[in-house]
Amino acid sequence: MRKTLYLLPVLLFLVIAGYFALGLQPGRDPHELPSALIDKPLPDFDLPALAGGPNISNASLKGQVAVINFFASWCVPCKIEHPVLMRLATKEKLPLIGIAYKDAVEDSQRELAKGGDPYVRIGVDRKGAAGFDFGVYGVPETYVVDKSGHIRKRFVGPLNADTVEKELLPLLRELNRS
Amino acid sequence: MIIELGHFALILALAVALVQSVVPVIGAARHDHAWMAVARPAALAQFLLVGLAMAALTFAYVTSDFTVINVIQNSHTDKPLLYKVSGVWGNHEGSMLLWVFILALCSAAVAIFSGNLPRELRARVLAVQGMISVGFLLFILFTSNPFLRTANPPMNGHGLNPVLQDPGLAFHPPFLYLGYVGFSVSFAFAVAALIEGRVDAAWARWVRPWALASWCALTVGIALGSWWAYYTLGWGGWWFWDPVENASFMPWLVGTALIHSAIVVEKRDTLKSWTILLAIITFSLSLVGTFLVRSGVLTSVHAFAVDPARGTFILLLLLVAIGGSLSLYAARAPALQSGGVFAPISREGALVLNNVLLTSAAATVFLGTLYPLFLDAVGGPKITVGPPYFDTTFGPIMVPVLIAVAGGPLLAWKRGDLLGAMQRLWIAFAAALLVGLGCLYATYGGPVLAVLGLALAAFTAMGAVVEWTDRVKLFRIPLGESARRALHLPRSAYGMTLAHIGLAVSAAGIAAAAFSVERIEVVKLGATLDIGGYTMRLAKVDEIPGPNFVAEDATVEVTRNGALVWVAHPQRRFFEVQQQTTSLTAIRSGVFADLYIAVGESDGQGGWTIRAYHKPLISWIWLGALIMAGGGIVSLSDRRWRIGAAARQRGAAVAQAAE
Amino acid sequence: MRPLLAALALAASLALPAMAVEPNERLADPVLEARARTLSKGLRCMVCQNESIDESGADLARDVRLKLRERLTAGDSDAAAMQFIVARYGKFVLLNPPVEPATYVLWFSPVVILGLAGTGIALTIRRQRRAAAAAAPLDPAEQTRLAALMQESDS
Repeated sequence: MRKTLYLLPVLLFLVIAGYFALGLQPGRDPHELPSALIDKPLPDFDLPALAGGPNISNASLKGQVAVINFFASWCVPCKIEHPVLMRLATKEKLPLIGIAYKDAVEDSQRELAKGGDPYVRIGVDRKGAAGFDFGVYGVPETYVVDKSGHIRKRFVGPLNADTVEKELLPLLRELNRS
Repeated sequence: MIIELGHFALILALAVALVQSVVPVIGAARHDHAWMAVARPAALAQFLLVGLAMAALTFAYVTSDFTVINVIQNSHTDKPLLYKVSGVWGNHEGSMLLWVFILALCSAAVAIFSGNLPRELRARVLAVQGMISVGFLLFILFTSNPFLRTANPPMNGHGLNPVLQDPGLAFHPPFLYLGYVGFSVSFAFAVAALIEGRVDAAWARWVRPWALASWCALTVGIALGSWWAYYTLGWGGWWFWDPVENASFMPWLVGTALIHSAIVVEKRDTLKSWTILLAIITFSLSLVGTFLVRSGVLTSVHAFAVDPARGTFILLLLLVAIGGSLSLYAARAPALQSGGVFAPISREGALVLNNVLLTSAAATVFLGTLYPLFLDAVGGPKITVGPPYFDTTFGPIMVPVLIAVAGGPLLAWKRGDLLGAMQRLWIAFAAALLVGLGCLYATYGGPVLAVLGLALAAFTAMGAVVEWTDRVKLFRIPLGESARRALHLPRSAYGMTLAHIGLAVSAAGIAAAAFSVERIEVVKLGATLDIGGYTMRLAKVDEIPGPNFVAEDATVEVTRNGALVWVAHPQRRFFEVQQQTTSLTAIRSGVFADLYIAVGESDGQGGWTIRAYHKPLISWIWLGALIMAGGGIVSLSDRRWRIGAAARQRGAAVAQAAE
Repeated sequence: MRPLLAALALAASLALPAMAVEPNERLADPVLEARARTLSKGLRCMVCQNESIDESGADLARDVRLKLRERLTAGDSDAAAMQFIVARYGKFVLLNPPVEPATYVLWFSPVVILGLAGTGIALTIRRQRRAAAAAAPLDPAEQTRLAALMQESDS
């Protein structure tokens, strides 16, 4: 009995080391936070459209699977993401909704004119109020919304070919089927 | 060329470390003197080789050799010399080299100062040190080599993060590592004792100075880091319960328990397996800290660049070092015979209480630091464990610690007299009451808990003084006689008194932080701001050039009752290379309060944001830490440590007598 | 992921000069402002990791501070204002983790550890004293020898 007591420290250490090993798993990023809105309805928003015309709101997205991408002209990683979005728009014909986060209208327009516009519609979130309601903490962020208007997935940081192939497109197919 | 020399020296050091870790152990097992004798020269050679590598890297930094990738990434020609040198350890690779350098330094110190150790023990201790060296040298050479070159050297480097260009932070890592790595010596002693299957008073007497020295360095290192945060961050915060801070604090807590329980082993020949365990855990926590900081499993403001290969490598090192030593502990510790028996109320009892509380506090910090990781690893929710958790769990554990610190030394060994001790503490009770009532009156309506904290600190400090007056029999015998006794008290007694007073001083500073007053205003040129009875007038703001930055230098005239008491110069510094701004606060440290001014952004209309703080007793936090470390150093100078030669023979005599 | 982190680090460093709460963010009502300060000390800044939004100079921290003040001015209770933030950014932002099944181990362990350690020590001391009482006492010669040794090591 007493001898087993002396085993306790090493056993405890092994448990802790096991957790450390789990913590080291590739793909685990302690900086990445899950969205608090997963499986929750899209927050209310009503943003003027960058190109003019009717406002873009949560109501206007009803009944369709939507991909909403927060971007800004001042955001460096967005430039990395841009070609991926362009390919999604042209090759996959994905109707991307863009939200220009804390960005001046002219700046967004200039940026899109320069590199191409992957979005079907763009809402202007000048003060970041919609971003706040989505829980945006670093642009670019991409939200996938199902037909019933519930957020199903959030991607933080630039989408890349890998996440698009392995996560985004399969999810969209599944959502469109149901 | 010099870089290659350094690189080569490091590889050679690995070879020597391998020899140091294998040959002496075999020698000790076979009682082969020649094999055991390899340990000392090997340790010294390893120290010279790692020293050479360290010197080579430092040379590359000082001469701004931009063919070396590490120098490119962390240095710049415009940087002042001090920060070129401190840049060596201001990054992952270089700081690992410093780590190993200090490890080699400790081994060399053991090799030099272990003349009175039995051969087998010395050989084994140095071999264990060698094994740790092997692990970390492999780590550096395979995952974090600072000596890599590039074929296309740039014109200039990226520079060192301006926040790190600060004298306090230049010396923070060396002290911290001296503490962390210094505990490897107690660890090596513990492992060696487990291999030998023998722990006695002499063993404790040999271990304690090493543990004490490491503890002093760690105390200073932690205090420097905290002080740096206080004066750089611009709002006076000094402790954040950040994972990296906790990583240094946990070994400190357990190390404190270790230096206390080693006393019991030395004086009373009991608590042996517990002390061994503490020695192992203290260094293990240092290793775990290294893992946490460098593997990227946790997020922290201080973390180094993340690389999963490094994390995996250190985890393997942890498994070998900690898993190995704890397995050895499980196998051998049950056989360690405990000697002295004691009553719960006794000096030993108080020291055990101190141990329980300190290790529980460390466990709490450990849990709080790693719980988010644990939860995340099993797919639980992402949570944050922030300062409020540590304040509510760690704080209450420290209250009985402070009480035990005051009362414990007044109890006799084996069986103490609690009532007598309390009676002798009447003056401490009176001091606590006086301080408590005084503060309550002065800060009426303010935080009551902080007042209780101050009263407790007064109790602890007076307790230490009472213990001293007891020893010199002040006022019970003629004063001259008392003075004579005071002169002849062992230094270790003074060390204890000082360290305990230091703890009380720190505690008072921490408690008084609740009384700090803050004012943040946009102040126009020539306008004033009142705080804590002082009036601050923003006289002018100049732009002045620095060596590698441009500063906005504010002149703030501080008056009290119309009399000028201080002209403050808080600055905002803009570093061109990194496109980064830092703030240089102006602090007027006083015994009773600090005045703290930081200047913020200009509003573009002749006004600047001024952050002014009046912080009572805040400098006591670091003053107390220095007093604690000073107490440790005084204790280290005790002649007892230097006359260890005969100690084990005497111990052996006791053992024979008992047979 | 890497470029994002680099960008985040860049954003954080650029935001550094704006330190923590700025005078222009504050509410005129000192009571409301005091409540806002207390609440913001308990909210974590998402981009700067281990800092509260009260201490952080990051843009997002400023947004949260302003939103918090907006909610308080609108008449929200402390709990409602916190819930407003948590609903958007998750429980992760709470520096003081709520007591719930996932955090029972976190919150109750300190008490359990202290209890176990205390019991363990008490049992050990009792067992040792029993064992010593059962063992034969020292003979007088041994006792004087022991006393001499004790005195020696105490001095």
